Amino acid sequence: MYAQMVKSTGKGVQPLEEMGPQDRAFQERIDRGEKIEPKDWMPDAYRKNLIRQMGQHAHSEIVGQLPEGNWITRAPTLERKANLLAKVQDEAGHGLYIYCAAETLGISRDELFEQLHSGKMKYSSIFNYPTLTWADMGAVGWLVDGAAIMNQVPLQRTSFGPYARAMVRICKEESFHQRQGYHIMIQMAKEGTADQKRMAQDAFNRFWYPALMMFGPSDKDSVHSAQSMAWKIKMNTNDELRQKFVDETVPQAEYLGLTVPDEHLKFNDETGHYDFSEPDWDEFMDVISGNGPCNTDRLEARKKAWNDGAWVREGMMAHADKKAQRKLAAE
Amino acid sequence: MSGEINHLLEFLLRQGDNTLVLGHRTSEWCGVGPALEEDIALANTALDLIGQTQLWLGYAAEVEGKNRSANDLAFLRDPYDFRNVLMMEVPNEDFGRTLMRQFLFDAFQVPWLTELQNSTNQRVSEIAAKSLKEALYHLERSRETVIALGDGTEESNKRMQATLDYLWPYTGELFGEDTTDQAMSAQGIAPVPSTLKNAWKTLVSRAFSEAYLKAPESDFAHSGGRTGFRHTEHLGHMLATMQTLQRSYPGATW
Repeated sequence: MYAQMVKSTGKGVQPLEEMGPQDRAFQERIDRGEKIEPKDWMPDAYRKNLIRQMGQHAHSEIVGQLPEGNWITRAPTLERKANLLAKVQDEAGHGLYIYCAAETLGISRDELFEQLHSGKMKYSSIFNYPTLTWADMGAVGWLVDGAAIMNQVPLQRTSFGPYARAMVRICKEESFHQRQGYHIMIQMAKEGTADQKRMAQDAFNRFWYPALMMFGPSDKDSVHSAQSMAWKIKMNTNDELRQKFVDETVPQAEYLGLTVPDEHLKFNDETGHYDFSEPDWDEFMDVISGNGPCNTDRLEARKKAWNDGAWVREGMMAHADKKAQRKLAAE
Repeated sequence: MSGEINHLLEFLLRQGDNTLVLGHRTSEWCGVGPALEEDIALANTALDLIGQTQLWLGYAAEVEGKNRSANDLAFLRDPYDFRNVLMMEVPNEDFGRTLMRQFLFDAFQVPWLTELQNSTNQRVSEIAAKSLKEALYHLERSRETVIALGDGTEESNKRMQATLDYLWPYTGELFGEDTTDQAMSAQGIAPVPSTLKNAWKTLVSRAFSEAYLKAPESDFAHSGGRTGFRHTEHLGHMLATMQTLQRSYPGATW
């Protein structure tokens, strides 16, 4: 999940009967499963909340290029290099779709960038962890893209039309990324040398809990979820998705011969689900508030790219203006 | 290499190493381009070049006949065995240099691959035909970008002129003429690159005049890349990064 702890602006969910006629009509459209389109009326809080969620999602896609870009220049084969390049290219494309979809809500991409650079807007906590070995490219694809898919598949049915449609395209590519990551893990953990197996287990140890954190805090501590769910911009609770992720991932880890770094992990015959340990939520709050292992470096890298590129963007704009003027003068 | 030079192998390494080294340099831009659209375009260009590398080096490995693969050639050769022109290995520096280099190369590559499509060697002709499709849109983009940034602001013009001055002495090596070039020409596999110089010069000059840029008058050319005799200091660093896993864990499959 690339949007975590998106602050809602409402004061909890208002019952239908207490709503004014406009809000009530809006909520009833959502309840009927209709899509809200950019030109439709929508409550301010809905608009603001979506901007926050989509902004955070788009930022995650572009900041997410950095931990993988860290290994593109060291990819071990031409095929792996090409796959990773294609993946990172897809992610930039996902960022672009979502920024464009967010622009239909009345906020520009430059404004969203500004809010990312100033620290006002966040991106997913997961990208504040370092990628230390090639096995991390496997772990990120398998676990991080895997966790993202859990959230993004239901978002294809989200109430805001442009976001839902962007998500349809994105989901197709994400599941491909996950398979690609899993394939790296098969190669290393199952069929690899002793060194490769060690790298794979080490990557798994480091990414397991951060991946669980991607779904956000437990429902009982998640103050913003209810309104987002009523608006169908969030489709499942954090705990539901986390459980689904654990249930799907544990058998995959077993197949790979990897040990889940959780001594309390156990299949519960009564519930039909795995019981597992909660991640360290203090660590999560540290990462969210700027003290993760890579927060400073990631943001600096983004800001540096933006500042270094200023002359390019200005040059291109100036050229486009001159070209338009020349055309006008020639007519 | 002992004994007689395998000219076809040399020729194929020159093609594959150009695309490999440039593809690698382009891949260094991942996630830090000046705009999201440029991130996508840079990744796409790198991807095309790495794909072309797989074809050229795959065929080179067959021709070599030592049971090596394209990956072995890319990841287990030392700098003096690389046959790319020096221009490919100099650092990216900034977006201006990256795109100027791309343009100077694309402007060579398009007429070059066009000729190679008529190669008497069917594999060469097939690889060229596939690569040409990509080179054509690379040229369209790099040419437009160079013109835009040359024409753009005072600063962007100044930067593009400085980068052109820097890269110009590296362009001459594209038009070499040695025994390998002559052997390829004699067999109808490829033209001698020097015969393309006028076409290239016309193409780049036209763009520079639209871009308010001036190509240096000197014809001095650095060389040593396409023969492997003397690369720049930069290639060793690039390969140290690129080859680290294959070198550190011999025999492992990834």
